[in-house]
Amino acid sequence: MNLTLKVWRQKNADAKGAFVTYKAEGISPDMSFLEMLDVVNESLILKGDDPIHFDHDCREGICGMCSLYINGRPHGPKRAITTCQLHMRSFGDGETITIEPWRAGAFPVIKDLATDRSAFDRIQQAGGFISVNTGGVPDANVIPIPKVIADEAFNSATCIGCGACVAACKNASAMLFVSAKVSQLGMLPQGQPERYSRVQAMVAQMDEEGFGNCTNTRACEAECPKEITLTNIARMNNDFFSAKLFREEHAHEHASGE
Amino acid sequence: MSEFKQTFNSSLGKKLIMALTGLFLCTFLIVHLGGNLLLFSDDEGYGFNVYANFLTHFPPIEVVAYLLYLAILVHSIYALVLTVQNRRARPVGYAAPNRSPASWSSKNMGLLGSILLLFIVIHMSDFWYAYKYSHKIGYKEYRTDLATDKTTSVDYVPASPTFEKSVSTENNVEIVRVKDLHARVAGSFSNLLYVIFYVIAMGAVSFHMLHGFQSSFRTLGWVHRKYTPVVCFIGTWLFAVIIPLGFAAMPVVYYIQSLR
Repeated sequence: MNLTLKVWRQKNADAKGAFVTYKAEGISPDMSFLEMLDVVNESLILKGDDPIHFDHDCREGICGMCSLYINGRPHGPKRAITTCQLHMRSFGDGETITIEPWRAGAFPVIKDLATDRSAFDRIQQAGGFISVNTGGVPDANVIPIPKVIADEAFNSATCIGCGACVAACKNASAMLFVSAKVSQLGMLPQGQPERYSRVQAMVAQMDEEGFGNCTNTRACEAECPKEITLTNIARMNNDFFSAKLFREEHAHEHASGE
Repeated sequence: MSEFKQTFNSSLGKKLIMALTGLFLCTFLIVHLGGNLLLFSDDEGYGFNVYANFLTHFPPIEVVAYLLYLAILVHSIYALVLTVQNRRARPVGYAAPNRSPASWSSKNMGLLGSILLLFIVIHMSDFWYAYKYSHKIGYKEYRTDLATDKTTSVDYVPASPTFEKSVSTENNVEIVRVKDLHARVAGSFSNLLYVIFYVIAMGAVSFHMLHGFQSSFRTLGWVHRKYTPVVCFIGTWLFAVIIPLGFAAMPVVYYIQSLR
């Protein structure tokens, strides 16, 4: 396959970026999208050019490191996969592919296609955890959890924090990510002690990072490689308003740095 | 106080205000359509004119009306604030057009809302303001023979320009004198451009409701396997189809009648 790539190149966070066009020639349809970029980078290195900088790690769709906004869609045109799982057979021979980094004020570009997603880490650190006291090992089956709840919590927990939801959202909102993290713990018994302080703290951090607001367009849900559903957002809203408006004992908790 | 501010200044709090004011405006649509269906009764505007007088003179409705104007203002101002914030959240845009699947109405709520705000301003200045604060609107006198229940109407010119309404009975004939808003409606709806503007605005209502009604329940955090489909059904069929069609039928029917 021969392709034309329009790639966003940007030296560093402060530099002004621009699109640069590259030819990708002799690409196998069985290559993954990242392997195709590796081939292009090889040729750039041989020419003495600076290779295209992009994020990647496990290359099997579970780490959440790879990103790329490909032809107007995060993680490319296929449903429920990450860019590393996207194969070149999903494109036509001779096609022009536009590759951009995630665009959000809270995700500044580090270099070329790599963005700084540590805003997500700070949201997690604000409340995306449970406090476990040490002691004797409890029996695994001592806490009964209904199957549907366990399944739903697990579905929310599959979020890999790649940021495709933010990239797809017209408002660059992080609601899908935050709501998945709030839900996965809020639904399980172990997450109950911090349930209402968690949601307040994580939403406060999300707002502080400068993400946009949710319009329920469902673009995030459609682009999520792990198929996190929009229901999580409603669940988070429910917990948040419940904490703020109806649970006096929780209302002030997060301000004290939970 | 700071806790209060923290709640309503958060991204979720602002959306809560959008959802609550939006749903309040939805209930108004039902009442407004119900009342205005009187335009379709063939009584030379008697029912409609008496209804218009009632709306502007019954104190509880006056109170709700001012709450409604407040809701419109708050809904628009918060929409603007949220839009500015959303734009700031993505300072550098994408070069490729967004191809993520999302409904057209959900992506264009701001545009649809702006059309509606323009419509509301024009609509209120033409009818509400003209009715309450100007002397542009004439009067009609309806004489109902209580024996035969037949109503006849004639134009009426009151002695004082501040006259609002009178009801009297002479010789078994009930005489109702009231401002003739019906004539202004009929006059406005004989203008083709005006009719087209109204129909476009009702199209905007339809798409705004199609997304807005069900989205507001999600914002409130009310998603339920059993009830969410009911909410979507009501949002689609009542608010995005029946109500806009009912409203749009008024200018269209009056325009067709004006041609005769």
